Formats: sequence, C-alpha cells, structure tokens
Amino acid sequence: MLTILKKIFFVDLIRGLLVTFRYQHPKNIYTEQYPAERPKIAERYRGAPRLNINPETGETLCIACNLCALACPEQLIVVTSERNEVTKRKELTKFTYDLSRCMFCGLCEDACPVDALELTQDFELASYTREGAIWDRQMLEEGPKPIWYRY
Amino acid sequence: MAERTYLGADELILNMGPQHPSTHGVLRVVLKLDGERILRADCVIGYLHRGIEKIAEYRTYQMFAPYVDRMDYVAAVSNGLGYCLAVEKLLGIEAPPRAQVVRVIMTELNRIASHLLWLGTHALDIGAVTPLFYVMREREEILNIFEAYCGARLTTHAFRIGGLQYDVYEGMEQQVKRFCKMFRPKIDEYEELLTENRIWKDRTIGVGVLTAEDCKAYGVTGPLLRAAGVKWDIRKAQPYSGYDRYEFEIPTRPNGDTYDRYLVRIQEMRQSVRIIEQAIEDIPEGPIMAKVGKVIKPPPGEVYVSIEAPKGELGYYIVSDGSTQPYRVRVRPPSFVNLQALDKMARGGLVADIVAIIGSIDIVLGEVDR
Ligand code: SF4
Ligand code: SF4
Repeated sequence: MLTILKKIFFVDLIRGLLVTFRYQHPKNIYTEQYPAERPKIAERYRGAPRLNINPETGETLCIACNLCALACPEQLIVVTSERNEVTKRKELTKFTYDLSRCMFCGLCEDACPVDALELTQDFELASYTREGAIWDRQMLEEGPKPIWYRY
Repeated sequence: MAERTYLGADELILNMGPQHPSTHGVLRVVLKLDGERILRADCVIGYLHRGIEKIAEYRTYQMFAPYVDRMDYVAAVSNGLGYCLAVEKLLGIEAPPRAQVVRVIMTELNRIASHLLWLGTHALDIGAVTPLFYVMREREEILNIFEAYCGARLTTHAFRIGGLQYDVYEGMEQQVKRFCKMFRPKIDEYEELLTENRIWKDRTIGVGVLTAEDCKAYGVTGPLLRAAGVKWDIRKAQPYSGYDRYEFEIPTRPNGDTYDRYLVRIQEMRQSVRIIEQAIEDIPEGPIMAKVGKVIKPPPGEVYVSIEAPKGELGYYIVSDGSTQPYRVRVRPPSFVNLQALDKMARGGLVADIVAIIGSIDIVLGEVDR
C-alpha cells in the first residue's frame, strides 16, 4: 500500500529533485572561472621543466652529468657539454628538452644530483608549432611566460 | 545446427562505435539484431593499442613504472601499486610500514575516484545527467589530494619500487579526514538521486544478468563478481600492502544484474572511506623507502602478483632474465577480461540496454587494449 502511494506521489523523483534544488543556491556553485581566476597549483606539481640558475651569479646549476637524460624513459633530454680548458671542468653547452614527448613522470627531476632540473607549477604548455614544444636551454632557464587575461 | 553465415530476412547488423559516446572510449561493438533484440554482440578492440607490454622490454624497471599509469588511467595509482608490488616480490623486498600505509590510503582514494567517474558516466549513459556533475565535484577533491601528494592528478606515478618517492605532505592528514567526512553524506545524496528512482530501476534491474557460474567461467572479477553473490576480494583473500590490518566488509548482492553492480560499487565506496579513516589515524613513523639500489637488477625468475584494482583483479606477470630490463611483462587487466562477458550479458536483451551493460562493466579502453 505504502509503495503504491509512494509511486503515485512520485516520492522517489521528488527526493532526487530536492537534492538538485538544494544545489541551486549560488554559494554551492563550484565552477572555476579559469583564465580570469587561476587555480591554485600544488607545490609538488610536475609541470613545465626549468633549469635552475644560481640567482646571484646567473650561472647554471647544471653540472652536465647527463643523469637526467639517462633516467628519462622517453629519452627526450639531450645534454651536450664541453670541457673547460682552464678549470678542467665539464660545462654545459646545450640542453634540449622535447616537451611534446614528456609525460611528466618526474624521473629526471629525481635523478638530478644538484637539483638543477625541476618540474615547476607552470602548466600552460601549448604552442602553435611542434618546434615550439622543443625547449632549448634559454627557454628552460627563463621558463614559459604565462599569459594573463584581463577582462 | 550450424550457425548460419548469412542474415535472416529481418535481421540486421548494427555497428556501434568506435566513436560512440557510451562505449567509454574506442570500443566497437558489432551487434546482430532481430528487431530490437540482440542476437549477438561482438567486441572489436585494439583502437587504443600502444604496445605497453612491449615497451616494458626496452625500459629498465624504474623507467617502466610511469607507463603502467597509462593503462587504467582513471585508477593509475592501483596500477602503479600492482607493478611496484610485483617488482618488489621479484627482488624479495618489502616496502617499509609507513610506505605501505600511505599506499593503502592513496589506492583507496583512487578506488573512490574510479568508482565516482564510473557512477557519473554510467548514469549519464542511462539518462541521469545530474550525478555526473556531483561526482566530478567530489572527484576533484581526491585529485587535489593526489596533486598535493605526488604532483600529478591523473597519471600519478605516485609510488616507486621499494616504497615511496614523496613523503606525506603537510596537512595531508587533515585534508584526507576532511574529505572522508564530507564524502559520506555525498554518497547518500547519490543514492537519493538514483537508488529509488523508478526510471533508474526500470533501466537496470534484470538487465545484463551474469550469474556466479558465468562469472567464474569467464574469469570475471571485481564488482561484477561480487554483484553475482561471490564474496571474493583479493584484499581479503591474499592481503597485500597490509590490508589485513584494516576492518572492512566485502559488499555482495545476489542477482548479478546492472542494478546490483551499482549497489555493490556504492557500498565499496563506503568501505573505502572506512579503510582510509582507519589508515590515516595511524601512519607509522619510519623510512619510506626500502633498501633498493639505483640500478635494479632482480635475479632471474618470474612472479605473478595480483591486486584488487577498482575494476577487478589486476595482475602483473614479470619474467626477469637477470638484467636491468624485464624480459617480459604480461598484464592481466580486469577490464579486458570482464569485457569478454559482454556477449553473454547482452544476448537476448534489448538494443537500448547494451549501453547500460557496457557501462556496468566499467571498462577503460586504455586497459583493454594496453
Ligand atoms: S618527466 Fe619523465 S618523460 Fe619527462 S623528461 Fe623527465 S623523465 Fe623524461
Ligand atoms: S641531471 Fe641535473 S646536473 Fe645532470 S645534466 Fe641533468 S640537469 Fe644537469
């Protein structure tokens, strides 16, 4: 009897509708207004790579040990170095990082002994050309320039 | 009588997919119809094949770990756990207790995330649009925890062989606890929307029945098996990563239809919250990484390790020849095995139900094709 009454008065549907109506209230809106309002990115986020430089001298921290290139499963990092005749130390010449093949697994970052290579919080990595996804040393040191939208 | 190779006068072949929105990816189903009745349903797979098992043969053990996330990408943490456990068994080591507890928390959160996505898309397939928005909102909270913990939201690469790379971050305990507290009433809300809803019931009760015998014959595992009344959960049967320390139940249902699978998964989410709440209470102190060298060189041999992924039994069979790269990695993906029962479930049903049945299996094509 009760079930028939419940069926007649659409109790099941109304209960569901009550849930949806409860969420009509503006304080329950959850949408992020992305370009205007940027999301908070976690500190450990693995996004765009960066090759850290010493902030005082402007010299790169990378010691050209090639460990990151060896650790990468996709083998997309190419490090070339040159022996400095004066100091007899290896110096970094070129560093290319093919973002289009990177899966942001973080293995390269873990492998780096001096924390020179780091995956940062930048996440806007789109580019108009395929070549644009291949980052050279300068790009890696400066980092991408995020576009700020204004309304 | 041999099966006819030609079509009858009122029979029809209908091609569903691979771009059909309710096949959850790129699954193609060739349906043989007699009016509205399904006579046969053949799955055509392989559209997402990337050769992950072959890639493994050319990667070292550590390097292959991020690839397993790409199989079942909605439950990447479970995949990673299974792989790490398999290699750890090959090496004869075990992750330290602290790592194990964090692993349990992460995998259970991932189970909830996977079930939430399933619930949203499955309901959307059947015609209930609202739950999708709500589950995405809750899933976002889980993904935020993942992001803060390991730096990625979907393909997490959260664990390493031998333990963890990342320790618990500051405020994780509170965040997880807050999530658990917030999430319990949300499950009631989903149930309010669906469980008693007459349309939902009409569309799911008695649809796509798979009995316990059929499940065993096909090797179907996970929520499908439990919805058919079999109390089988690898977390209980062969506890790994310290699951035997936690109290939880294996939800089962007797009928094995789409509705029961829905209820089993809802119950599983509740049980997962229970496990997380127990685990987060006491995370033991200690190291997070077992003693593993920089170069992993397991002794020659082979192992099979299976875990209870959100979709069923996920197994890794690894053969080592003593070098730094695996000789062969074979994955037993739950979706692939469960999908083969589609024909059995769909036969004799209506064509409108095939969407509900595919949804109830909870397949991820990345895992079916690998
Ligand atoms: S994040 Fe992973 S795939 Fe990308 S460069 Fe580093 S190691 Fe290679
Ligand atoms: S591992 Fe670090 S220091 Fe070595 S080459 Fe790569 S970025 Fe440079």
